[in-house]
Amino acid sequence: MRRFAVLLPLVAALLVPAGVARAADAERLVVSLSNHRVQVTSNFTGEELVLFGTIETAKGATPRGTGYDLVVTAAGPPQTYRTRLKQRVAGVWVNTASREFVNVPSYLAVLSNRPVDAIAKPDVRHRLQIGLNNFVLTQHIGADFADTVHNDPFREAFVRLKSEQRLYRQSSTAVTFLTPTVFRAEIPLPANVQTGTYRIDVKLFSDGAMITQTNTALEVIKAGFEQYVADAAADYGLLYGIATVLMALSIGWIASVMFRKD
Amino acid sequence: MQIYLPIADIPVNIFLILGLGLAVGFLSGMFGIGGGFLMTPLLIFIGIPPAVVVASVSPQIAAALFTGFLTHWRRGTIDFLLGAMLLVGGTGGTLVGIWLFTLLRRVGQLDLLIGLSYVTLLTVVGVLMVTEGLRAIQRARHGGRGDLRRPGSHTWIHGLPLKMRFKRSRIYISVIPVWAIGSIIGFIGAVLGVGGGFMLVPMLIYLLRVPTITVIGTASMLTLTTMMTSTVLHSVANHLVDAVLALVLMIGSVVGAQFGVRTGQKMRGEWLRLLLGVLVLLVGLRFAIDLVATPADPYSIRVVRGM
Repeated sequence: MRRFAVLLPLVAALLVPAGVARAADAERLVVSLSNHRVQVTSNFTGEELVLFGTIETAKGATPRGTGYDLVVTAAGPPQTYRTRLKQRVAGVWVNTASREFVNVPSYLAVLSNRPVDAIAKPDVRHRLQIGLNNFVLTQHIGADFADTVHNDPFREAFVRLKSEQRLYRQSSTAVTFLTPTVFRAEIPLPANVQTGTYRIDVKLFSDGAMITQTNTALEVIKAGFEQYVADAAADYGLLYGIATVLMALSIGWIASVMFRKD
Repeated sequence: MQIYLPIADIPVNIFLILGLGLAVGFLSGMFGIGGGFLMTPLLIFIGIPPAVVVASVSPQIAAALFTGFLTHWRRGTIDFLLGAMLLVGGTGGTLVGIWLFTLLRRVGQLDLLIGLSYVTLLTVVGVLMVTEGLRAIQRARHGGRGDLRRPGSHTWIHGLPLKMRFKRSRIYISVIPVWAIGSIIGFIGAVLGVGGGFMLVPMLIYLLRVPTITVIGTASMLTLTTMMTSTVLHSVANHLVDAVLALVLMIGSVVGAQFGVRTGQKMRGEWLRLLLGVLVLLVGLRFAIDLVATPADPYSIRVVRGM
């Protein structure tokens, strides 16, 4: 299988007519983020990042008449989630069925300049994982690891709940073209984002086909005190617990001294 | 003003948390309880993950209880021997509780356990308190004393072996029911994030006939230790104690408690018990509705592990 994978691009290159192949190299994407390092501090309430970019055409070539479409997919650090379904058992609502989503992005934003349905055909969107419905969300089903059809109830519920937390989103207005070749994309990071590395994929389309792509990354880190507390709780559970108890006792003691009457 | 809770991983309004601390602290000072059974549901209601709430409320209750404990210590109204015996049972109960909490969190039925336990506990205790409070008020109306102590009445509890003399409380009883009560409270405290004072005090009064003068101080000896132990154990086993959340709650509640104590002293004992009973019952009903009513969304998601 691996040998085929190596061969495939070679075969493809041989099959594609020379003219089209040349055209595929004609554009280049240059992008830059407003901030590569987002710090979560005690007053963090989310941040809106801006991705700027230009489409560089080869020397002498003019931008395509058909216009460009742009899809930006930002994916946060992977996490494993369990989606549970509550059902009524003997009059009480109980978690009955559940499904595990393995190493899926904790944050996922699909941003484009117009609806993704209009940018490319379903098979292209599926192959390139364009849109929330096409992004592969690996599930642990029995012994298998696979994604399901996008209207599977658990997958739908997962995407819906993540969207309600504003961690998954799809927007067809978040990318705007300032000139035919200069664009900006707004990437909103809500306050409840996970810390870690966020990968940002930028794909350029024209006339329903992807011409070129690039990627960049940003980092969300807890800073200062928050980082210190979170690290201590995770790495030194016993000391952290004892310190918290001592804090509780001293506050209790201070209060009893301050308000002492007798 | 928003602050970011480092363990719960969400921003909250600091004044909302302080206000909750003040309000619950006021009630806890008024009724002489830790207030965990009120604080825990309120925090879950404002959107903090239940597991973080249960773990983080423990140090806050410990702070509130320690203030009361010191006051009782100065007045000499703590029966240290009885407290130590309760602690023997309490430690065992806490360990079992933390173990069950960790297990159920893995299995995914923690919310159900918390919900069901709250409903059962609060409705039973609430009904008992309300009926007892009403009876006491009636007795007071008929010219008798509101608090009725029956020193001569013996139950099967007094027939148990391993008897011990608790001098400060002036009772002579078996240590078996003392251990049993201690372990029940320890268990409940660890699983539900409540000190259990609202149950322990009536148990000590009605089952063991501990006199009113030593009951609150002695009870706080157990609940304080249970809350300290469960803070440490939750930190070690689940890493879910949010010290920032706990600190804000503590500051609110110790201040609120001072005002509560003063208000409580102006009220008659039986009315206080009736009011507390009604409050307990209302919180229980709220949980019952949650369990039975159709949820807004039958699906829920939870992080299993990060990378």
